[in-house]
Amino acid sequence: MTGGYNKQWLERFRSHWLWDWITTVDHKKIGILYLLGGGFFFIIGGLEAMLIRIQLFFPNNDFMVGREFNELLTMHGTTMIFFVAMPLLFALMNVAVPLQIGARDVAFPFLNSLGFWLFLAGGILMNLGWFFGNAPDAGWTNYVPIAANEYSAGPGIEYYVLGLQISGIGTLIGGLNFLVTIINMRAPGMSFLRMPLFTWTAFVASALILFAFPALTAGLFLVMFERIFGAAFFDVALGGNPVIWQHLFWIFGHPEVYIVILPAFGIMSDVISTFSKKRLFGYNSMVFAVLLIGFLGFMVWAHHMFTVGLGPVPNSIFAIATMAIAVPTGIKVFNWLFTMWGGKIEFTTAMLWAVGFIPTFVLGGVTGVMLASPAADFQFHDSYFVVAHFHYVLIGGTVFGLFSGAYYWWPKMFGHKLNETLGKWHFWLFFIGFHLTFFIQHFIGLFGMPRRHFTYQATDGLTLLNQISTVGAFMMAIGTIVLAINIYISAKKAIPAGNDPWDARTLEWAISSPPPEYNFAQLPRVRAMDAFWHEKMAGNKTMEPAGPLEPIHMPSSTHLPFFMTLGFFISGLGWVFRSLEVGVLGLVMVALVMFTHSFNHDHGYYIPLKDIKSNDPKKGAKA
Amino acid sequence: MASTETQQAQTHADAPVQLEKTTLEGRNKILGFWLFIGAETVLFACLFGTYLALQQSTVGGPNQGELFSIPLVALATVILLTSSLTSVLGIVGMHQHNVKKTQFWFGVTVLLGLAFLILEIYEFYHYVHEGLGFTSNAFGSSFYTLLGTHGAHVAFGIVWITGLMIQVAKQGLTKVTTPKLYVASLYWHFVDVIWVFIFTVVYLMGKVG
Repeated sequence: MTGGYNKQWLERFRSHWLWDWITTVDHKKIGILYLLGGGFFFIIGGLEAMLIRIQLFFPNNDFMVGREFNELLTMHGTTMIFFVAMPLLFALMNVAVPLQIGARDVAFPFLNSLGFWLFLAGGILMNLGWFFGNAPDAGWTNYVPIAANEYSAGPGIEYYVLGLQISGIGTLIGGLNFLVTIINMRAPGMSFLRMPLFTWTAFVASALILFAFPALTAGLFLVMFERIFGAAFFDVALGGNPVIWQHLFWIFGHPEVYIVILPAFGIMSDVISTFSKKRLFGYNSMVFAVLLIGFLGFMVWAHHMFTVGLGPVPNSIFAIATMAIAVPTGIKVFNWLFTMWGGKIEFTTAMLWAVGFIPTFVLGGVTGVMLASPAADFQFHDSYFVVAHFHYVLIGGTVFGLFSGAYYWWPKMFGHKLNETLGKWHFWLFFIGFHLTFFIQHFIGLFGMPRRHFTYQATDGLTLLNQISTVGAFMMAIGTIVLAINIYISAKKAIPAGNDPWDARTLEWAISSPPPEYNFAQLPRVRAMDAFWHEKMAGNKTMEPAGPLEPIHMPSSTHLPFFMTLGFFISGLGWVFRSLEVGVLGLVMVALVMFTHSFNHDHGYYIPLKDIKSNDPKKGAKA
Repeated sequence: MASTETQQAQTHADAPVQLEKTTLEGRNKILGFWLFIGAETVLFACLFGTYLALQQSTVGGPNQGELFSIPLVALATVILLTSSLTSVLGIVGMHQHNVKKTQFWFGVTVLLGLAFLILEIYEFYHYVHEGLGFTSNAFGSSFYTLLGTHGAHVAFGIVWITGLMIQVAKQGLTKVTTPKLYVASLYWHFVDVIWVFIFTVVYLMGKVG
C-alpha cells in the first residue's frame, strides 16, 4: 500500500474547509450552520407553499391534486415548523445566547454539534420521500387513522415518523444544552434578573422543548410500532383508540407553538429596546409573562380537540386556560409599546420587522381568543379561518421575529450589516404580501372553505379571494428573493460594521464582530441590566474584566457527532424501508460511535496568551 | 472557576473531595442529566397514560388478573430495588476514592440488573404463551411498550455501567470518570423509580382491578 500517499490525502482532507465545518464545536459556527440548514428548508417549504397557492388560483384547477396536494401541504407544514422555524431560532440562540450571558462557550459543545447534524439528517430523511416512494400525506398533525397503513400506504408516513424522531432528538439535546449553559455558565454578576430578554425566552423555550418533545417521541414510537410491527394502539377493531395520538401530539404540539414564539418575543424585546434607546419597559413583568406563557402552554393542548367530543367540562376548562394566555401576552404587547413611548426610535430594518410584528401578532392573538371558545370553534374548525390564525401567529410572530433577529445580529455573525435599502424593500414586500395572503383567508374560512382541500367551485364565490391570497403569497416570495439578493450583495461588499453598529445595550456587542472563537478574552463583570449600555453610560468603552488574562481552554473539534448522525440516518432509512437489518445496523453504528466518544481521551486545548493578545482588538473596540 | 474549586476544597478539607463536582464540565454533566431525567419522565408519563387508556382493551384475550403472578414480579422488584442500594454503595466507594469498592458494588449492580432482565424476559415469554402478544390487542401493545421501554432502559444501563467500569479500571477515579459514574447512578435510580410506578400501576392495580 502507498501509505505515504494515503497519509497526505488524509492530511489534505483534514485541512479542507468543509471538514472544518463538519467537525466544528464552536457555537457561533454551529449557529451559522443552523442558519444555512434552516434557510435551505425555508426555500423548500416556501416553494411548497407557492405550489399550494398556484393550485388554488382557479376553481377546479388540476395542477396539483389528490395525494400530491396532500403531500404538499403535509410537507409544507412539517418543514416550516420543524426544519425552518426551530433551526433558525436555534441559529440565533447559538449565536447570541452564550455571548449575551458572557460565556466562553456552551455547556456541551459536542451535543451542540450533534443536535445540528441530527436536525439536518431528519430534514433530509423526510424530504427523501419526494424521491423514493412518496412524501408524508396525512397532514402535519399526522392524525391516525389517516396515517395508518390502511389509509396511507407506502413509506410516506415512515419518512415523517423517522425524520421527526431523528431531528427531535437533536432538538431535545439542543434545548438541554441551552438550559445548562444559561444556568451554569453566566458571567460573574449576570444574575437571572439581569439577563437580556432573548436569553430569558431562549431559556424558557428550552425548558418547553425539554418537557414537550418526549411526548412527540412517545407518540411517534406508537405510530412506528403500529405501522411497522403491527401494534394496535390506534386500531379500534383491536381495542385501540385514535384519540390517544391526538392527545400525545398536542401535549407536544401546543407547547411547540410557544417554543417557536417565545424566542421571537425575546428578539422583539431586545430589538425594540435597542432602537428606542430605552431600557425595556417593565422588565420584571416581561420575564414573569414569559414564564407564565411557558407554563400555560402545557395546560391548553385540548383546545385543538374541541370537536373530538371530549365533552363540555374538559372543553370549558381548556377554553378558559387558553384565554388566560391572552393576559401575559397582553402584558408583553403593552410593555413593547411603552418601551417605544418617548423613545428615540430609529427605524432600521430590524426595528421595522419588530414594529410590524406588534399589530400582526395582536391580530393573530385576537383570532386565537376567538378560536378558544368551543362553541365558536365548532364553526371555525378545519376552515381557512384556522389557517389564517396560525399563519398570523407563526409568520407574523416567528418569521417576523427571525427576520428582525437576522438583520439585528447579522453584523455580529458576519462582521458586516445587511443593506438597509434592500432590507426595507424586503420588509414592505413581505409585510404587505403577508397581510394580502392571510387576512383574506379569515373570510375565505368564514365563507366556508375547508382547509386541506385542493379545490373549490366557481359557484362558491371564493375565486377572487383565493386569487388575492395567491398574489400576496407571490409578493412574499419576491420579498424573500430580495433578502437573498441582499445577503449576496452585502457579503460581496462586506463593509466592516464594527463591534457595536447599533449602539446596543447587551454584552454581545462588547466584543469584536465576528467574535474570536473564545468570545471573551477575559470574562466580563456584569454590574447592571443592559450590562454594556451601563458601562457606556459610565464612560467606559469596554466591560470591566472579572478575572486576569489567562490561557483559554477550548474543546477540540470532533467528527464523531457527524458519524453518530450518519448512524441514525442509516437506521432511519432502514426502518422506512422496513429492513430490520439496516435499522439495527444503523443503531449499532450509533452505539459504536457513542462508545468511541466515551472512551476518547480528548481534553481539548489551550489558546496561549500571546495569541489572545495579538487577536484582541480591545484598543480599537469602539466602533 | 479556579477560586470556587479551591474554596470547595477548603471548606470540605476534612471530608474527601467529591471529584465529580470539582470541574465545571462535571457540574454541567450532572445538571444536564437531571434535566434529561425530567425529559425521560415525560416520555414514561406518556406511555403510562397510553397504558391506562388501553388496559381494559383485551378484546377477549387474557387480562391482567389472569396473567400476572405477584410473587414473581415482587421478586423482580426486590432485585431491582436492591440494585439501587448497591449503586449507592458504589458511589460511597467513589467518594472514598476507593476504586476496588466502587468497582465491586457497581459490579453487583450490573449483575442484579441482569437478573432482573432475565426474569422480565421469562415473564414476557410466559405471557406470549398465555396468548398475550404485542399485536394481539391494544392492551398487549401498550403493556409491552411500557414494560419494554423500561426493560430497554435497564439493558442500556447495564451496558453503560459496564463500560464505565472498564474506564475506571483503565483510568481510575478521576475528574473525568467520576461525573460519569455519578450520572449513571442517577440514571439507575431513575429506572428503579419508574419500576416502582410500574409495579404499582400495572401489576398491583391490575391485579386488584
